[in-house]
Amino acid sequence: MNVEQLKSRFKGHYDFMVAEKFLDEQFSQLQQLQDESTPDFAFEVVSLFFEDCQKIFHDLDRALEQPMVDFKTVDNNVHTLKGSSSSIGAARVTHVCIAFRSFCDEHNLEGCLRSMQELKRETALVKNQFEILFKLEQQLLAAGGSITLPVKPSPQSNDHPWFM
Amino acid sequence: MSLKTKSHHAVAVVLNEKLVGKQRANKCILFTKSRLLTMLLLYITVIACASFYIYNLMEADNMEKRREFLASMCDQRARMLQDQFSVSINHVHALAILVSTFHLYKNPSAIDQETFAQYTANTAFERPLMSGVAYAHRVLHSNREKFEQQQGWTIKTMSRDPSPVKDEYAPVIFSQETVSYIESIDMMSGEEDRENILRARATESPYKISGYLGGAFDVESLVENLLGQLAGKQAVVVNVYDVTNSSDPLIMYGPQHPDGDMSLLHVSMLDFGDPFRKHEMRCRYLQNPPTPWMAINSSIGFFVICLLGGYIFYGAGIHIVKIEEDFREMQELKVLAEAADVAKSQFLATVSHEIRTPMNGVLGMLAMLLDTDLDSNQRGYAQTAQACGRALIQLINEVLDRAKIEAGKLELDEVPFELRSVLDDVLALFSAKSRDKGIELAVFVSDKVPEVLVGDPGRFRQVITNLVGNSVKFTEHGHIFVQVHLGENVKPVMGAKAEQCMKRESEAMEVISGKSPFNTLSGYEAADDRNCWKNFKLLVANEKLQFDHLGTNDETSNTVSLVVSVEDTGIGIPEHAQERVFTPFMQADSSTSRNFGGTGIGLSISQCLVELMGGHINFISRPNIGSTFAFTASLQRCERSALNDLKRPLSEPLPTGFKGMKATVVDGKPVRGIVTRYHLERLGIQVDLVSTIKVAFSAVSGLNGCSRSGIGKQPDVILIEKDSWILNEGFVVPERLMDLKQSGRMVEHPKMILLATSITNVENIKAKATGFSDIIVKPLRASMVAACLQQVLGIGSRSRQGREFPNGSAYLSSILCGKHILVVDDNRVNRIVAAGALKKFGAIVECAESGRAALDKLQLPHKFAACFMDIQMPEMDGFEATRLIRQMEHKANEQMKNGGSVGKPEFHMPILAMTADVFQATYQECLKCGMDGYVSKPFEEENLYQAVAKFFEPKPVSSELSEAKFCSLSG
Repeated sequence: MNVEQLKSRFKGHYDFMVAEKFLDEQFSQLQQLQDESTPDFAFEVVSLFFEDCQKIFHDLDRALEQPMVDFKTVDNNVHTLKGSSSSIGAARVTHVCIAFRSFCDEHNLEGCLRSMQELKRETALVKNQFEILFKLEQQLLAAGGSITLPVKPSPQSNDHPWFM
Repeated sequence: MSLKTKSHHAVAVVLNEKLVGKQRANKCILFTKSRLLTMLLLYITVIACASFYIYNLMEADNMEKRREFLASMCDQRARMLQDQFSVSINHVHALAILVSTFHLYKNPSAIDQETFAQYTANTAFERPLMSGVAYAHRVLHSNREKFEQQQGWTIKTMSRDPSPVKDEYAPVIFSQETVSYIESIDMMSGEEDRENILRARATESPYKISGYLGGAFDVESLVENLLGQLAGKQAVVVNVYDVTNSSDPLIMYGPQHPDGDMSLLHVSMLDFGDPFRKHEMRCRYLQNPPTPWMAINSSIGFFVICLLGGYIFYGAGIHIVKIEEDFREMQELKVLAEAADVAKSQFLATVSHEIRTPMNGVLGMLAMLLDTDLDSNQRGYAQTAQACGRALIQLINEVLDRAKIEAGKLELDEVPFELRSVLDDVLALFSAKSRDKGIELAVFVSDKVPEVLVGDPGRFRQVITNLVGNSVKFTEHGHIFVQVHLGENVKPVMGAKAEQCMKRESEAMEVISGKSPFNTLSGYEAADDRNCWKNFKLLVANEKLQFDHLGTNDETSNTVSLVVSVEDTGIGIPEHAQERVFTPFMQADSSTSRNFGGTGIGLSISQCLVELMGGHINFISRPNIGSTFAFTASLQRCERSALNDLKRPLSEPLPTGFKGMKATVVDGKPVRGIVTRYHLERLGIQVDLVSTIKVAFSAVSGLNGCSRSGIGKQPDVILIEKDSWILNEGFVVPERLMDLKQSGRMVEHPKMILLATSITNVENIKAKATGFSDIIVKPLRASMVAACLQQVLGIGSRSRQGREFPNGSAYLSSILCGKHILVVDDNRVNRIVAAGALKKFGAIVECAESGRAALDKLQLPHKFAACFMDIQMPEMDGFEATRLIRQMEHKANEQMKNGGSVGKPEFHMPILAMTADVFQATYQECLKCGMDGYVSKPFEEENLYQAVAKFFEPKPVSSELSEAKFCSLSG
């Protein structure tokens, strides 16, 4: 497989993830942050995110199993997760977190449990997608290509790729 | 957002609890519909029983009375019968004595049959019960022959046969005529009579007896007679029985089968003096008892009354139940409505947030654009776009605030602001629209109104924006004129106005002879005469006068009462709709929203806001002529010194390079001229107002001998209204000027600028050809005029040119490179991302996991140039940490002061909050605890750029940018 093919596959997968709202622009910003000194910045951050996820899920599961659920704890954990997910651009996870927190506010245990399930599902999904993406990225890099993510569709913002 | 949502949920929860409580209470309530019905039926049964009981009681009473009556009647009859009987018996005794006296003891007998018959007939009335009496003589068998011979007949038996031989006989010898048929009949031959005789004889000695006197009782006829004499004979049926043989009573009187009321019977005993026989009288009513109407009526009446009473109670109960049901239903609906309201608020919050984010981008880009080299028009457009963007953000915030107004929770800011620039902003917002429509849009603020006022500029702007927006929407030609005057100056003029209005007609006539029919801004008639030229002139003159004389006095009072009026020459408000103009969601009629759009909430919000500002709003409107909305507002005066303390300028300051310049404004319409003069005077330009170009140039060329200003200085610029140019001697102008120049009487001729509401391309070219240096398209704004003048006169060079940046990243790199920055966030991922973003610009980033760790790192002295602080952290949140850091710095600063090292700069490390929600409340909280700014998460260059720029440049890098950010934050 040559570089061009890999590139188009990588881009195709990235576009798919954006179209499916797995990712938003934040991830491309993350990609922008990596340079020669930190070539794996995005990968590291995403890995950290999933590590944190494991821990937080564990905590959340334990908190939700209690006979008297401490919604404050749950809320705090979900808040952390929301922050992290929005930082890496995992938009769908962020959305679930927002819903989750509103259930926490209402002290709606059923909603929380439902959100918990959803959260796990979304996280697993996005993790899978990320794995594919990074694998493609590695292949691309190994083949000597470079990563250029389309940051914004509008031509105006090409000058200022970061501007919302 | 989370704050808001939480409070809403709390409200909902409280409501739910209340509702549950109510339901619980409702369960305790006695009345339900079915229960009420049961109660009603039960009650009906009870009163039915009661009325039946009453009926029975009365009926029984009736019966008792009837019975007693019958008894008394019966007894009375029996007594009378018995009395009569006794009387008869007594008389029979007397007769017996008579017979014994005159027949037995006299010999020969003194009585014969004839005598006896006559006597008895005459005395028959004495024996009412007897049909007749007879005397039977006792004849022993031994004396029979002798007796028969003596009498001349033989003794006969009852059957009229000669009597058989017996021991003794009792033949009748005397008889009353009525019973004469029994003469010579032996009474002993009849079974019954014989027994009577024997019974009678038993009472006397048998040997003394020589005869018997007997009578025949005709019970039937006698009783008939007797009873016939008594009252009520029809009512009562009387039967007399011989009840000697009790099993078979012998009927003696009365019908054999008595009919009538069989239910009631009274029996009275009769004693006819015969110990061997018993008689009794049985009475009964002939007629059935009458229907007891009294009892029936009473009981039915009772029943009906009670039924009605019960029904009334039932109805009341049903009503109560219904009302309670309605109440419950209403409460449910209320809860639903409130839930919907919460949902609406959340929706608004979300949507407005979504709009705000990209708007920030737009504003940022515009800010960048403004930093590039633009000509005056481009600059104007960009500024307008920026102002519109700001206004949009503002409006989004206002939509959010609508809920607050409704809840009465809106509080007004108390910040200094420049009224004139607020009005300029509003004008800018609508300038495009008014240009499109060709409407004159102008603003005039009286000189008397202080430059800086303390109040809520946002709300003030909101009200004016709303009013002007409405005016723009509904006006197709003519003008929209916003005026601000001092309240105390308007009043005396208004008093004088009444008089003037009387003369209005004649004045209008005069004016018509002039150029335009009405002396208003555009020449169209306005709904309110308040703004007609005469009043306006008076007002302005009045203010000038007061300003000169009472200027010092007014400084003492701290409150400034403003009267703001927005006058338009639009379609006006139909009279029938004028009453409900301030009702939310009401527009003049349904076609209004179809034709002009809008929700109709603006005026009601404006009204609320004006009332909050301590004023009131009203309007005068005449259909097809226009409307004038006017409101008052109380604002505070602001000390200029206080204003100077402010870190950042309130608005972009107007260029000051025009001070001392002189301008001539040529305008046929004085009101419009004054508006132009107002804007120029704000720039510090001295203005001469002339009505025609001729006058202007005569002044310029000095043909008049002396110039009006008295200084003798030539005007630097002449501003000519388009109307004057076209209608008057327009094309002569350049020639005259050329003349002037050629004749050498002027070193440099004044620049000419054309003022136009709208201008076509052809006119534009023509104007340029005629010699106008530039064209200002209205509405006028001081800043726009300034920009134009700068370009025309080539002064007041661009102050920003040195401060342009090719783009934000480069700038950020330049200011962040090499700086130590601390990032505090408990979230590992966030921390790394933030650090990565900052590192990209060359900053040296350190991280802290918590507020406490940050405090440790920030022990003075430290190397950090700035700190980015997450707000929501466990253990010690960002607010707390910041407070502690500030305390620490404060202490250090105190020590430094005490130590005498005054020259050193004070410690104040910029602390920027990092948070995901961008609410005013959060922002204020940030500022309150000593933070300097605010960066939204996830990091964006724009944000970073704005936030950081403030601290790493000695001067504000770009007031526009920080302004833009301020706008977006102040939501």
